[in-house]
Amino acid sequence: MNVLTENFSLYGEGFLGTIRLTVFSSLLALALGVLMAGFRVAPVAALRCVGTAWVAVLRNTPLTLLFFAMLLGLPRFGIALPFELFAVLALGCYTSSFICEAVRSGINTVPLGQGEAARSLGMTFGQTLGTVVLPQAFRSVIAPVGSTLIALAKNSAIAGSFSVTELLSTYKTLNENGYSVIWSFVWIALGYLILTLAISALFHLLERRWGVAR
Amino acid sequence: MEPLIELRGVNKHYGDLHVLRDINLTVGRGEVVVVIGPSGSGKSTLCRTINRLETVGSGTITLAGEPLPAEGRELARLRSEVGMVFQSFNLFAHKTALANVMLAPVKVRGRKKEEAEARARELLGRVGLAEHADKYPAQLSGGQQQRVAIARALAMDPQALLFDEPTSALDPEMISEVLEVMQQLARDGMTMVVVTHEMGFARSAANRVVFMADGQIVEDRVPEEFFTAPRSARAQDFLSKILKH
Repeated sequence: MNVLTENFSLYGEGFLGTIRLTVFSSLLALALGVLMAGFRVAPVAALRCVGTAWVAVLRNTPLTLLFFAMLLGLPRFGIALPFELFAVLALGCYTSSFICEAVRSGINTVPLGQGEAARSLGMTFGQTLGTVVLPQAFRSVIAPVGSTLIALAKNSAIAGSFSVTELLSTYKTLNENGYSVIWSFVWIALGYLILTLAISALFHLLERRWGVAR
Repeated sequence: MEPLIELRGVNKHYGDLHVLRDINLTVGRGEVVVVIGPSGSGKSTLCRTINRLETVGSGTITLAGEPLPAEGRELARLRSEVGMVFQSFNLFAHKTALANVMLAPVKVRGRKKEEAEARARELLGRVGLAEHADKYPAQLSGGQQQRVAIARALAMDPQALLFDEPTSALDPEMISEVLEVMQQLARDGMTMVVVTHEMGFARSAANRVVFMADGQIVEDRVPEEFFTAPRSARAQDFLSKILKH
């Protein structure tokens, strides 16, 4: 118990770091994921190629490797960013590929006739997708997107190995100060649990409010 | 009569199946053309090619003299001039009846919300659904949904309306409420292409009946002539089967 009380500010900082990483990466992943899903169903072949390549590369690369690629690769092109921003980019892009596929499967659950009706009224592809198809697709992807964001929250632990302040990396300091490893980890695990349960509660709420009525 | 929709030498294949064979069809402004024929004869496909929900292999389709482009904004603009009513209604499931009717005038025509809403309420009243404006499609009967779909198509002030088997998914007692709305539109001078199995509607509302079989237009005649004295063996056979009961 005293591990927590005596190191409250250290835990707190780590916890806040993990929350920051999760929130910003989630926003990036959602924005990019929806955009790429739109690309993957676009009538323009070039956009479909971009979407397919995006998913193929990011979904199939180990996240740690992606962190290395961003951290070592981007500076070579003269892009120097704070570590935390690198981490948000890596986590956000990686997770966007999973969001993209979830949203795309949601788009496929919307009956073809919905898009045909929109097109027959003179709507462009963007209008059809944005006002008719996606609003209906979102309802069926709430649960899988929630799971993906929970995975993102836990994946953010990798950022700790790249000098970003986050929850898991607090154990190194605690360990050096001689605290019990087991109790250090128990409190860390509890921190992740609070965050992931909050995400699932949020998505449960969204599902109750917006889920497909049956 | 001024030609509004013109199909010239239209061909379409689904793999080996030749679904539309050298179709030539002209629909004049204000004309009601009913397309009938056995299932698989290509009549729905013909209807859907007119606003390019189906692409064609060869041939040209023009609307008021303008050829339909393959895709893009120009196609969207021409589509907005031709309303379509589907067999399965295809109302936007996440929007109320009112929102269904308002959506395209606001998004496509750029009308003001209040203006579009007033017009949508007027159209819903015209199809007898003024009290149902705030209901979702799932809360409406099939016949009511189809009448909302007609109001939605009318909200764009289209030059022509296409009906792809509009009553085929309806219970018998709901068919007449939809047909009545369509009869009224025909009387008001709307240009209509109607794919249907409702021979009563064809007789009373159509200016011309187009009979299709195996992807070809076999007969194109005035309803009375077609129903009393069909020329082709295919049409005689078809009519003998459906008029027997």
